[in-house]
Amino acid sequence: MIPAGGEKSSIIRMFHVHLNYGPKKALIDITLDIAKNQFVFISGPSGAGKTTLLKLFYYGEPVSEGQVLIDGINLNRIPRKRIPYLRRKFGIIFQDYKLIPSKTVYENVALVLEAAGKKPRLIQKKVKSVLRLVDMEDRLKSFPPSLSGGEQQRIAVARAIVGDPKIILADEPTGSLDDDSADTVLELLRGVHIRGATVIIATHDKTLIRKTGGHVLYLKQGRLETSTFIEKKYDNTIF
Amino acid sequence: MITLYFKRAIDDIFKNRFLNLVTVITISLSILIASSFILFFVNAGAVINSWKKGLRIMAYLEPTISKTGLEELKHAILSIDGVQRLQYIPKQEALRRLKAQMKHQASLFENLTDNPLPDSFEIRMTAIADSWQKIESVAARIESLPWVDEVEYGQRWFARFAYITTLFRLASYAMGILFFMAIVFIVANTIRLVIYSRREEVEIMRLVGATDNFIKIPFYIEGLIQGALGAILGLGVLFSSFVFITSNMDQGVLPDLFHLQFLSTAIVTGIIISSMLVGWLGCYISLKQFLNA
Repeated sequence: MIPAGGEKSSIIRMFHVHLNYGPKKALIDITLDIAKNQFVFISGPSGAGKTTLLKLFYYGEPVSEGQVLIDGINLNRIPRKRIPYLRRKFGIIFQDYKLIPSKTVYENVALVLEAAGKKPRLIQKKVKSVLRLVDMEDRLKSFPPSLSGGEQQRIAVARAIVGDPKIILADEPTGSLDDDSADTVLELLRGVHIRGATVIIATHDKTLIRKTGGHVLYLKQGRLETSTFIEKKYDNTIF
Repeated sequence: MITLYFKRAIDDIFKNRFLNLVTVITISLSILIASSFILFFVNAGAVINSWKKGLRIMAYLEPTISKTGLEELKHAILSIDGVQRLQYIPKQEALRRLKAQMKHQASLFENLTDNPLPDSFEIRMTAIADSWQKIESVAARIESLPWVDEVEYGQRWFARFAYITTLFRLASYAMGILFFMAIVFIVANTIRLVIYSRREEVEIMRLVGATDNFIKIPFYIEGLIQGALGAILGLGVLFSSFVFITSNMDQGVLPDLFHLQFLSTAIVTGIIISSMLVGWLGCYISLKQFLNA
């Protein structure tokens, strides 16, 4: 067992989790514990199972074996109709942004609050405020295909944080961005973390981890190899 | 919330104009074909009804019938369920009618010294007495009355006519069911294409915590709108064609008691509602498969 945080304030816990795709073992015997308001990196080489592990958190896939607990909810026992409510605990940022191309920037971000049944006035206020935070308030009527990669990722961040989720999951959030855009996205994630959210970033980018610092869970061939804490800009011993 | 669903449905229709247009055109063509058949069946039914109005039973009377007996018999026939009215035709009138009908064979009547025709009652039936069994039973009851010698009502012709009517009715029901199924199938597949083209959007909505209802309801509203638009378009084309055809058609080819008619308001409303139902059902089937996948 490789705990990453204190048990009392755990928000994500996994016990001996396995995930198989037919005969292929994608994740093997993962046990971890992530505390509330931690800043966690899931690192490892390509194909190690980082994205797959993130998917298990928001029930993107059911586990083959083992237990996953999210904020006290056992995902093995969650009814299908409760899954949307589980997902509202998360703000998810994807490497390929996953913005709806036929909806404007405003509509893409507002979708999260509309899905949660929030009142139109509150939606308008929150969306504008979060777009201001990511410095995209002047592009709210634009459509995603007309934006640069960095801008699209900022919209994805805005969409992830607009619902004030407890957990932010980011899958290679800076993977396709230039350094300036990557720094902006990272700053935004730090800001969310400071405001109380748990941030989990899946990345193979060591520079990103050194820049920010935090708990690092290192995956290799589907197994959790090490769990360590990296100080901002100093400690790079595991690499 | 429902305002939001409507707004999203309308927005989605405009944002996916092409595919929505394809769906509306598919529905409108299906409705055009189905309502053309309905129009045919309605008018063919009206032709049959106009023929039914001509149905009558002739009761030929015994020559010995007295005036009192005639009155009693008239009341007895009128009291039979299914009889609407009757007309007494004395034998002189019957002969006059026969001569009028056969004026080109007038020589046949030249050597006629006695009138061979009997007195009779011409009996008209009510509209409800349209089944073969009903008319047969009325005819049998009339025949059993005193002073009635013989009853004639075109038995063989009517049996054939009743058979055709039943066949016609069954064919229209069967075609109605087949059409409904075919339209649902076509619409469901067209809508599946629409949903498939928006699968990423649906997937994203699920990832941000949208419930199935949040995803489905705007699609359902779109289905209802597409159904209504398709029906209006299809019926519009049918009505224009109907007006064009009837204004250029020679009324002489139709029976005297009959005029071509367009679908009634009730049927038009029924078609629009059915089309909306088809649009919704198409969405329902496609989404059920898609969201459970």
